[in-house]
Amino acid sequence: MANIEETLIPKIGVITDVRIDTPDVKTFRVVTPDGKKAFDHKPGQCAMLSIPAVGEAMFSITSSPTNTEFMEFSIKKCDCVTEWLHQAEVGQQITIRGPYGNPFPVDDEFAGKDLLFVAGGIGLAPLRSVINYCRHYRDRYGKIDIVYGSRSKADLVDYNEIITEWVTDDGIDVHLTIDNAEEGWDGHVGFVPNYVKELGFDTNKTVIICGPPIMIKFTLEGLMTLGYEKTQVYTTMELRMKCGVGKCGRCNIGDKYVCKDGPVFRCDQLEELPDEY
Amino acid sequence: MRKCKTDALDAVFAEIAKSSLLYIPTDTEKGAEYKKWSDGMKMSNALNTVRSPKDFFFPQTEDLMEFKVNGKEIEVIDTRSEKEDFVVFGVRACDVKSFEILDRVFLIDPCDSYYANRREHSTIVSVACTRPVETCFCQTFGIDAAAPEGDVSCWKTDSEVYFKANTPKGEALLAKLEGITVDADDKDVTAQQEKTREIMKKLPLAELSADKFGAGKTEEFFNAPEWDELSESCLGCGTCTFVCPTCQCYDIKDYNTGHGVIRFRCWDSCMYSDFTKMAHGNPRLTQKERFRQRFMHKLVYYPSNNDGLFSCVGCGRCLAKCPISMNIVKVMKTIGKSE
Amino acid sequence: MQKVTSELLVKKASELLENGTVTRVLGWKKGEFSYDLTPAVFESGEELIKDFVFSDFSGANFSKYLIKETKKADGKVLVFLKPCDSYSFNQLLTEHRFDREKVYAIGIPCEGMADVDKIKKNVGDGIIDIISDGDRIVVKTLYDGDKEIAADDVKAERCIVCKSKKCVAYDELLGDNGEVIDSERFDEVEKLEKMTDDERFAFWQNELSRCIRCNACRDVCPACTCEKCVFDNPKSGVENKAISDSFEEKMFHIIRAFHVAGRCTDCGECSRVCPQGIPLHLLNRKFIKDINEFYGEYQAGAEIGSRAPLVNYTLDDIEPVDAVKKGEADNA
Repeated sequence: MANIEETLIPKIGVITDVRIDTPDVKTFRVVTPDGKKAFDHKPGQCAMLSIPAVGEAMFSITSSPTNTEFMEFSIKKCDCVTEWLHQAEVGQQITIRGPYGNPFPVDDEFAGKDLLFVAGGIGLAPLRSVINYCRHYRDRYGKIDIVYGSRSKADLVDYNEIITEWVTDDGIDVHLTIDNAEEGWDGHVGFVPNYVKELGFDTNKTVIICGPPIMIKFTLEGLMTLGYEKTQVYTTMELRMKCGVGKCGRCNIGDKYVCKDGPVFRCDQLEELPDEY
Repeated sequence: MRKCKTDALDAVFAEIAKSSLLYIPTDTEKGAEYKKWSDGMKMSNALNTVRSPKDFFFPQTEDLMEFKVNGKEIEVIDTRSEKEDFVVFGVRACDVKSFEILDRVFLIDPCDSYYANRREHSTIVSVACTRPVETCFCQTFGIDAAAPEGDVSCWKTDSEVYFKANTPKGEALLAKLEGITVDADDKDVTAQQEKTREIMKKLPLAELSADKFGAGKTEEFFNAPEWDELSESCLGCGTCTFVCPTCQCYDIKDYNTGHGVIRFRCWDSCMYSDFTKMAHGNPRLTQKERFRQRFMHKLVYYPSNNDGLFSCVGCGRCLAKCPISMNIVKVMKTIGKSE
Repeated sequence: MQKVTSELLVKKASELLENGTVTRVLGWKKGEFSYDLTPAVFESGEELIKDFVFSDFSGANFSKYLIKETKKADGKVLVFLKPCDSYSFNQLLTEHRFDREKVYAIGIPCEGMADVDKIKKNVGDGIIDIISDGDRIVVKTLYDGDKEIAADDVKAERCIVCKSKKCVAYDELLGDNGEVIDSERFDEVEKLEKMTDDERFAFWQNELSRCIRCNACRDVCPACTCEKCVFDNPKSGVENKAISDSFEEKMFHIIRAFHVAGRCTDCGECSRVCPQGIPLHLLNRKFIKDINEFYGEYQAGAEIGSRAPLVNYTLDDIEPVDAVKKGEADNA
């Protein structure tokens, strides 16, 4: 019995680095106690992190699978588990299990395509894994555009990586925007959906979008006006989960379980689901 | 097929109990309950137990693992242990079918080892119904109350008990009973079955059909205006969920014992307001949406993922127990617009 | 058993709908069988004629539904109050839980409700129909034909020990009002008091061990009207759907009994809805009995605005030490 693998029983992870990204987002680097990656994953997949007696919650793995040394999780402070993690220090152990969910189709539908990433706020976290995977295998993809916006400059997640790495890559255009003008910001000011429309992309791109529901809604409308089809747009969803493997029933919408049939959905597939997300 | 005299049933129980734990439904002041057999305990003639037998495989609460926390360090302790072999004797056809419905959730990859361990160690002896009641509607879901499945099927007539093994586990069990049972033909069983099937045809819910429901019917029923009226007086309690043999949603929680942390799971209900609640909102804000989820899951979503199999077995427990007497039969008749 | 007929109530409700006094009616809706009535909102005379039923199975107390129903729409809602329901109605008003102006209440007499489980125990399986005929009940069965039983033999426990036939709240009363009854409702409590500690512990252990934490008792209880129950709040530290140990199981019911003490009108809905047949009302009744003995007779909901003894300190209040002594004396 004890040698039958049980997905609900987690491994131990050690926090080896805590990076303050924004006033309410921290990025945690996690390895096993012997310094290895806890498990392999694909871009867009998730992991269950927990602290005993505090709780367990599902998080996007924000580091790229091409990183063979560690995993990273960019986590916004909002409830019990995240609050607890935000006060954790380097050396703290947590538990980790996964990977869960389906990945973005980076090796299939995305291959050879021009890619447009659209993210708002903490919505960049699940896309960072995909972006860095595509950067790693740069020649497998066409042109890459990234539109990313947040409330203010300070709220842009991964700002350092964006400025020092993404912006300097060939064939990648990064379009940053913040909601309101502020001192020391000479970039674009305005909401993400409007910016996407202003930029007026060619409709041959595959779009990967993540952010607050209202941003997704208006960006989608904008893309449709530009002439995009829903079949070109992918997103990733968040629902309450407990088991992560389609059994506990929490994330059931229609005949899908977001933890195992998602979290990645193409927008036309999403439309077939009852409106309960 | 084998048989023994009805008064030899005590000997049958004693023989089974020699090599494994044995549970039988027995009468209590509050209705029939599965209890661990002990000498002299009589099997209930009640149609069904108050609580469904899902507890045997998916108990109300179950410890999953333990943690020891020492400063920044955590130790995970796998507390799983091999279960003892056990026999559940006297499961009705509807409840036996519920195990298949649960299997399709817990045993698919990645297999739930807690559930699987109990399933592997169990032998199910079913018993055919002879006196179905007004709340029975197993036939709506293609279940034959007169021919229950299970490792061993059993029929009780006035003077005799007949056994038929359906699986290797069942054969092994009957082999142990060889000294108590004798070979039998199926004449009396067939006669009993015919009689029961005639009664089934006359039950008040005999005409209830699930044909309108099933895989791919989300669009047809999800936005039906009748959900408002059906859910109007729902209390949002978990009675229907917890008495249901097929409801299997669960919560995972931690319990700090003071010298360690036990992670356990417990039954949960999609009828509860916090079931889908997240830090930033709740996609099912009103009771109507939660109510709809439960019935859509049983009648549409589950069949979509399981070759058309409904996740209701017509046992009638929710009909008897809902505080406001709202139930799947009323839902099917109203939403399916059939009488 | 009931002297008031469905027809009379339908006629009354239809008139009030028609003349605009009310816009909707809370009532018991016909079920699949004769005993499974569902609380429902009726909006027209046709709906009432088709589905409204008042019978020996109209046990559901509508008072708590008024909280939700009065907020739903403008216009008044008609509610029928049996005497015991009217106490819950007053208690909810005392606690400012709904707007009285949005309710038209009709007090109706009640002869006591039947307990379908008792009928099943009496006549056996397979009930096709139940017909009340004065003091007798005729049960049509699947297997044994028609069976006649005395209505009193299948009366619900809470009705056998009915505390009052008097409607204490109404805009209009059908028939004559009844009287408060000097009932024997505390007899069962006294039996529990006479047990030794160990016996009593074993009694509750046995009863509460069957609890499945479905929360039906709480959700139906007219005294449980918190917007957010502590047992639903993950931050409370006591939020659990099921037990992590058996101690918590007992605590849930005991804490709930404490919480409703002094406010519980003894309507008995908790025990009626319990799917596991736990006599939860006995916990509440023990509190009521103690309050009566310590602070003088008090009936929650007897009048609007009454101050429950537990929230109304007076110099005459019993000293805690004397209360303990009394408890010990009861046990002796």
